[in-house]
Parts: sequence; C-alpha cells; structure tokens
Amino acid sequence: MSDVLVFVEYAEGKPAKAGLQALGAGSRLAAELGGKAVALVINGDGAGLGPKGASRVLAVNGDAVKAYSPDGYARIAVDQAKAINAGAVLASATPMGKDFMARAAAKAGCGLAADCTELKLEGGKPVAIRPVYAGKALIAVQAAGTLWATLRQNAFAEATAGADVAPEAVKAPFAAGDLLAVVREIVEGVRGRLDVAEAEVVVSGGRGLKDPAGEGKQNWQNLEKLAETIGAAVGASRAVVDAGWRPHGDQVGQTGKTVSPKLYIACGISGAIQHLAGMSGSKVIVAINKDENAPIFKVADYGIVGTVEEVVPALTEAFHRALHG
Amino acid sequence: MEILVCIRRAPTTDARIKPAADGKNYDAAGINYDISEYDKFALEAGILLKEQHGGKVTVLCMGPSAATKEVRTAIAMGCDEAHLLVDDQFHDAWATASALAAKIRTLPHDIVLFGWSSVDNQSAGTGQMVAELLGLPSVSVAVSMEVADGAAKIERLAAGGKREKYQVRLPAVVTCQKGLNKYRSANMKGIMAAKKTNVPETPANAPADGVAVLRMMPPPPRKEGKIVGKGPEAVNDLVRLLRDEAKVI
Ligand SMILES: Cc1cc2nc3c(=O)[nH]c(=O)nc-3n(C[C@H](O)[C@H](O)[C@H](O)COP(=O)(O)OP(=O)(O)OC[C@H]3O[C@@H](n4cnc5c(N)ncnc54)[C@H](O)[C@@H]3O)c2cc1C
Ligand SMILES: Nc1ncnc2c1ncn2[C@@H]1O[C@H](COP(=O)(O)O)[C@@H](O)[C@H]1O
Repeated sequence: MSDVLVFVEYAEGKPAKAGLQALGAGSRLAAELGGKAVALVINGDGAGLGPKGASRVLAVNGDAVKAYSPDGYARIAVDQAKAINAGAVLASATPMGKDFMARAAAKAGCGLAADCTELKLEGGKPVAIRPVYAGKALIAVQAAGTLWATLRQNAFAEATAGADVAPEAVKAPFAAGDLLAVVREIVEGVRGRLDVAEAEVVVSGGRGLKDPAGEGKQNWQNLEKLAETIGAAVGASRAVVDAGWRPHGDQVGQTGKTVSPKLYIACGISGAIQHLAGMSGSKVIVAINKDENAPIFKVADYGIVGTVEEVVPALTEAFHRALHG
Repeated sequence: MEILVCIRRAPTTDARIKPAADGKNYDAAGINYDISEYDKFALEAGILLKEQHGGKVTVLCMGPSAATKEVRTAIAMGCDEAHLLVDDQFHDAWATASALAAKIRTLPHDIVLFGWSSVDNQSAGTGQMVAELLGLPSVSVAVSMEVADGAAKIERLAAGGKREKYQVRLPAVVTCQKGLNKYRSANMKGIMAAKKTNVPETPANAPADGVAVLRMMPPPPRKEGKIVGKGPEAVNDLVRLLRDEAKVI
C-alpha cells in the first residue's frame, strides 16, 4: 500500500487542465496501489480538488513561493514525498513540470520517467510507458525506488468523482532569498495565440504554401482563416520555420513540438519522418497535398489531393457552414 | 571563462527505429549518428561566450568510443577541449547525469550548457539533474542569454508561449532551445584542428539506472486512411466524415 503525491499545477489562480489530468492519473494509480492520492499545490488555494481525485490536499503559499523557482519547487516536492512516504510522485509534463521534476527526482536520488502516456501496475509495481525517438518507439520503464514521473498533456483523463477535502496549509522550507533561480518577470506570449502543443485542433502549413512575403501571402491568410474558423492553433513544418516564414515556436516535429490534438490538418506538408514523429500521436490526421504520393497520406486518416490555393478556402467555407449554420 | 558543454550522440532524426532482438534497445543496424540537435545550440552558445569573454569551451560526452566522431565535430565548430566518458550501454537521465556531474566536479566551470532535450531519450532533464547534484542554479529551455559580471540573464520558454526572465549567479546550468542562436557549421580550419586535438577517454562509471527499461515496443499502428477526393469538390465529404465518422468536430 502506498500513497501517490501529485503536483497539481496552477495557472492564473486556477488548477491547469494538465494539472487536473495528472491528478486523475494519480488517483487511479493510488487506487490500484491501495493508497491515497495526495495533491500538492504551490501558490494556489487547493480548493475543489477532492472531486477531482485528491484524498488530501497540501497547499504551500506565501512570499517564498510567489514566483516560480525550479530548485524551490523541487525542495517542496521532495520534502512532501518523504513526509507521506510516496510510492510515486507525479506532475504534468508541462514546461514547469519538466523543469523542476528532474531536479526533484535527482534530489531524491531517483530517475525520472518523463512525458509518460500510460501508467499501470505490473507485479504490484508502477510501470510507466513513454514515447522515445519522437514517438518512433515506446519504452516501458520501472523505477528502482519511488517512481518520479511527468505525464504528457491530454494523455490522461481527469477524475470525475471524489469527496470534498479541505486543503492543509504547509509552510515552504525556505525563504525567497535562499533560492538559486527564481522567475523575476514574465513576458506574455502573443495575446490570443494558441500554442500548438496545447491546442485541441492544429492546422499546419508547409513549403507548399509558398513564401508569405511573396506569392504565398494569400495562402497563409487562408490558413489563418481556416484555423480561426475551427478554433485551431497554427503549426508549421521546419522547412517553413527555417525559411523564416513562421516563428520557431510553431514548428511541429522531432526537433519542434510534439503535438497530440484531436484533429491535425497538414496543408502543403510532404510528411518527412521528422515531421511525422511530432504529430502522428494526433487522434485524427487530415492531409491536403497536390501530390497523391506524398508520404503524409500514409499516416493521414483522410486526405484530399489538391492545391492549397483551391482546397483551403473551400474547406474553411465548408467548416463554416457545418459549425455556424 | 570556463565553459562546459555536454553533448549527446544520438541517432540522426531520419533514422527508422525498430526494437532489437533483446526487446529493450533499438536495432542499431543501419543507424547513423549525429550530435543531438539541441546540443548544437548549446555548443554555439558556448563558443559565442568564449568569443565575448575569452576562456575556453570544453566538451563532455558520455557514450561509446565511436562518439569521438561527434566530439570532433564539436571541436571543429570551435570548441577547445573534450572528454569522452566511455560507456557502451544505454542509460537513463539519472545515470547519465550522475556520471557527468562526477566529471564536472573535477573540471573548472563557470557555466555548464546542455541541450534542453535529447532527440532520442527525450527526458529533458539531464541538465537539471546535473545542476541538482552539483548544487548549482538551473534555467532550462533558454531562448536568450546574456552573461556579465559573474551572472547570467536568461529567458526561458514557459507554457503558452510566455517567457520567464531569470538572473542567476555563475556557475550555473543552462539548457538550450532553438531560438537561442543559429549554430555554425565546422569550417576547414576547425576540421584540421579537430584532427589534431587529443580526446582523452576515461570509463564513465555510470551508476545503475534510476528508471530501468523493461521493454521497447513499436508505436501502435495507425489504421488505414483514405483519400476522400480530389480538389475543392471533396471538402463537403471531408467535413461530413470528420463530424459523423471521426466525431472530432
Ligand atoms: C536534424 C533534422 C531535424 C528536423 N526536424 C524537423 C521537425 O521537427 N519538423 C519538420 O517538419 N521537419 C523537420 N526536419 C525537416 C524535414 O526533413 C523536411 O525537410 C521538412 O519537414 C519538409 O517540410 P515541408 O513538408 O513543408 O516541405 P517539402 O518537403 O518541400 O514539402 C512540400 C509539400 O507541399 C506540396 N505542395 C507544393 N505545392 C503545393 C500546393 N500548391 N498545394 C498543395 N500542396 C503543395 C508538395 O507536394 C510537397 O509534398 C528536420 C530535418 C533534419 C535534418
Ligand atoms: N550521454 C550524454 N553525454 C553528454 N551529455 C548528455 C548525454 N545525454 C544527455 N546529455 C545532455 O543532456 C541533455 C538533455 O538530455 P535528455 O535529458 O536525455 O533529454 C542533452 O541535450 C545533452 O546536452
């Protein structure tokens, strides 16, 4: 029997979706282990987490944790994992979770199973499944001691039942001045721009759209309009990012972002192995390409052979009719 | 300035990865290797720091003897020295970080640079683990960095495209993301210099993995797709299929 500590990430004063997904995964793992899921909240009130799967909620607040610190968060996670003698410690594989959980695991003298897509018990011990080589393979891993793991966003469901619990206040074991690295300021991203890694629908453009500063101008406007119509984030192939046509934060693929939206629409993208590596975890893939032999059609669930000039605006209209009547 | 850059030898990104007969590793037949992509941004960042502040760039790599090739590529880019920690096995981030940290303790270092993630094991954690083991500040996923007066100002890419600003005292660990710089390729002079540079090899002495691989599997196959049609006439069918069959809109 052992308990599971779950770091529940907060954003703008509320639990982040990825944090609740981690809590859902933690509550199921705890149930299988015959223990409890204990939520750890830093710089948040911890309210309402009972019905999201937490049997206990530990909330750390105060000046020492007002700003994020990788070493500070790691210290708190390690202290609390020890305090409850956790059999597993989980967090979401967000930029924050990936950052401090590695420090925390090392502090605890453990490895880290990063960016896992599945958790289960084998022979009574937790086993994590994680994609490697950009999804070209999966590995099943097991920890020597406590399993420290981060969980891929959107790979785990939130819990839907549980009794209310009152958060217990826990003091930070340090003052802000003791920390090695602390966020001093946050520069907002471009307002209203959805990040491809977090979006549920992604529309990506490739070299087939041509130079937005030249003959491709209309194509990119059409792509933005398609994305707006269906509430999608805009992604890109590396060819497009390297040409300076799109910001590098948009790049999808092995050396860009790994995305797993419910719908991915690839326009004018050939489907190079590095691109496929980043997006073949998508639930449904649509490809639009003028070359019927383009490799992207091998992974696409639905394909249209045609030019982006003709197909993209027509598709936007068809979506518009279907969604907005 | 004493600059250390940790680089990993990884299969090239166009490699087809299949589980090997042992069911734990990948089949190495026909695989080519390169410096893991993001480590090139770390190398460039290190070389730029040397150009601004003087000093030297030392490359650290744990891997098989064959990784001398990747190490020499780093020297050809403009690094000065290298140490190869020889080990033929696959290791998790914890074992790797432990071996690297033990070596780094013996070397002078003002800054230790990493890629933000390897392209193969993708833990995105080796740098932070080394920092923890050495008691150093860490900033991961850096997209901008300025070093002056024994401190580094760094911007890190956080959720939703936000950038977190840090200022840390050196020595520190920084992991590098695309956007930090544009890395150079080796020139002829560098390649000649790399040939002459001695790359000392010492056993890595890595501890046991923190998380051990039980097995490697191919990803679940995607089900057969279909071409809905040709040209703009096909869009209505596509939307209908997405709504009624795939149920994603
Ligand atoms: C180390 C390394 C890492 C890499 N990492 C990544 C990565 O993370 N992500 C990534 O995407 N790539 C990556 N690549 C690059 C990758 O190998 C390909 O070069 C790249 O994905 C190609 O981009 P593309 O599909 O936009 O362009 P292309 O391959 O040029 O394909 C353009 C496609 O558009 C079609 N087309 C042309 N005109 C039209 C039209 N009018 N209408 C419709 N279709 C049209 C063509 O038929 C073609 O299929 C990496 C490469 C290396 C070496
Ligand atoms: N075997 C290794 N030798 C040297 N550096 C490494 C090694 N493995 C990983 N690293 C460094 O750690 C970074 C992150 O790797 P990872 O934690 O596997 O994603 C890499 O980009 C390298 O900078």
